[in-house]
Amino acid sequence: MQAGMEKRTVEAKLRAKGVGMSFKRDGKVTPVLENIDLDVGEGEFLCLLGPSGCGKSTLLNIVAGFLEPTSGTVTIDGEPVQGPDPRRIFVFQERGVFPWLTVEGNVGFGLFRLTRAEREQRVAHYIKLVGLRGFEKAYPQELSGGMKQRLEVARALAVNPDVLYLDEPFGALDSITRLIMRGELLRIWEAERKTIVFVTHDIEEAVQLADRVVVMSTRPARIQTIVEIDIPHPRDISSPRYLELRDGIFEEIGLAHKI
Amino acid sequence: MFWPLLLGAALLGAWHVSVLWSGSKIFPSPLDVRRGLAELARRGVLWGYIGDSLRRVLVGFSVAVVLGVPSGLALGWYPAAAQVVNPVIQMVRPISPIAWIPIAIVWFGVGERSAVFLIFVAALFPILVASMNGVRNVPSIFRRAGRNFGLSPLRLLATVVFPASLPQIIIGLRIALGIAWLVVVAAEMIAVDSGLGYLVIDARNSGKRYDLVVAAMLMIGLIGLCLDIGFRKLEAVKAVRWGFRNEG
Repeated sequence: MQAGMEKRTVEAKLRAKGVGMSFKRDGKVTPVLENIDLDVGEGEFLCLLGPSGCGKSTLLNIVAGFLEPTSGTVTIDGEPVQGPDPRRIFVFQERGVFPWLTVEGNVGFGLFRLTRAEREQRVAHYIKLVGLRGFEKAYPQELSGGMKQRLEVARALAVNPDVLYLDEPFGALDSITRLIMRGELLRIWEAERKTIVFVTHDIEEAVQLADRVVVMSTRPARIQTIVEIDIPHPRDISSPRYLELRDGIFEEIGLAHKI
Repeated sequence: MFWPLLLGAALLGAWHVSVLWSGSKIFPSPLDVRRGLAELARRGVLWGYIGDSLRRVLVGFSVAVVLGVPSGLALGWYPAAAQVVNPVIQMVRPISPIAWIPIAIVWFGVGERSAVFLIFVAALFPILVASMNGVRNVPSIFRRAGRNFGLSPLRLLATVVFPASLPQIIIGLRIALGIAWLVVVAAEMIAVDSGLGYLVIDARNSGKRYDLVVAAMLMIGLIGLCLDIGFRKLEAVKAVRWGFRNEG
């Protein structure tokens, strides 16, 4: 286990420096994040892992430009993040799809700058990529939870972003669908090579998906350790190395609970 | 469809029997009412009156939609403005449209335009409030998703906020239409010389024709039912149906 950050700093796509966040409520200041330094490489799959309510979602929202940090800076390709940007798309749980639009309408939602022909071609491509062919005219309410999640990923990918932010995207799915979706996400990531920042509280999920797992402490959240997952895909989830990495993180999280 | 019809038939039967038993000379039986309706149709006033009432509702309601929906959207969109305007809305809203009658007469005179104004006042507030709350209740997740795709505020309003609040707006429109129909009768009782509301009062005043009074009441009820059924069909449109089901 190592904090393998330094060697990536040169080609960092996304850089958080000294990011801190505290919320004021009823005159009381609650620190949520403290002094987060993090680099994410181009095309990297990074998982933010931590206990529920630790502030990892807050960190993702700051990085995505939806929240302004109380201290520190976030830069992408050297530019400071000023707000949400179509080059970086945030994927919510499947609740983020627009229920008033069809599958086609959702996937094409962000493509209003393209010509009709380009848009149709792009929409068809991503519907196929996420395996929703045949459902073009369906409304989200007619889809299962897993299909809605694919739809949201397709909507995000269609605008060809550099970065995808995923906030516990599979949290509301049943465990079988969740496993399938992880495989799908990896397949899509390998096809499109986006930089992915993925928030989860599921250790197995993090170790199955990520290049690096950022383990966060309880609130106020700090980076406790960063674990490099040096197993090539497809990962054998009963291999000794997988179990070793997974159990190492379990231990880390266990320690995090002993304050 | 079977049980409601059966209940209707049973009520008609009970009505008929109770008129017979009581031996009332004034209160009409269903058969009297049917004869009354036939007479109105023969005299050529029935459809004219229905048409007049519907036209007044349609005009008053449409003006309320045209003014109410955009202002409601704007107030929902700018919470600061809503904070200023909302107390006024909440104060004017509980004033019964009937209470506006004297004012309406001062402003618009006795006649058509007063009646339409009363309907407009009655329909405006449910539409305004539903549109305002519709925008406020749009889940922030939808707005954020919209902003994330780089939409301008106007486009965000048109392609995210409006469709997301449409189910609530439609509920407001349905309520408003029901109230508008309720008020047209009252409005016609004072201000005009045609329409179903006028018929109720006129039939009583000119010769205690209670068969015509009840006939008019029945027509009012039936048309109200049809308007509501028509509006409910809108809720089945797929682009808004999600807002009317538990499973979104």
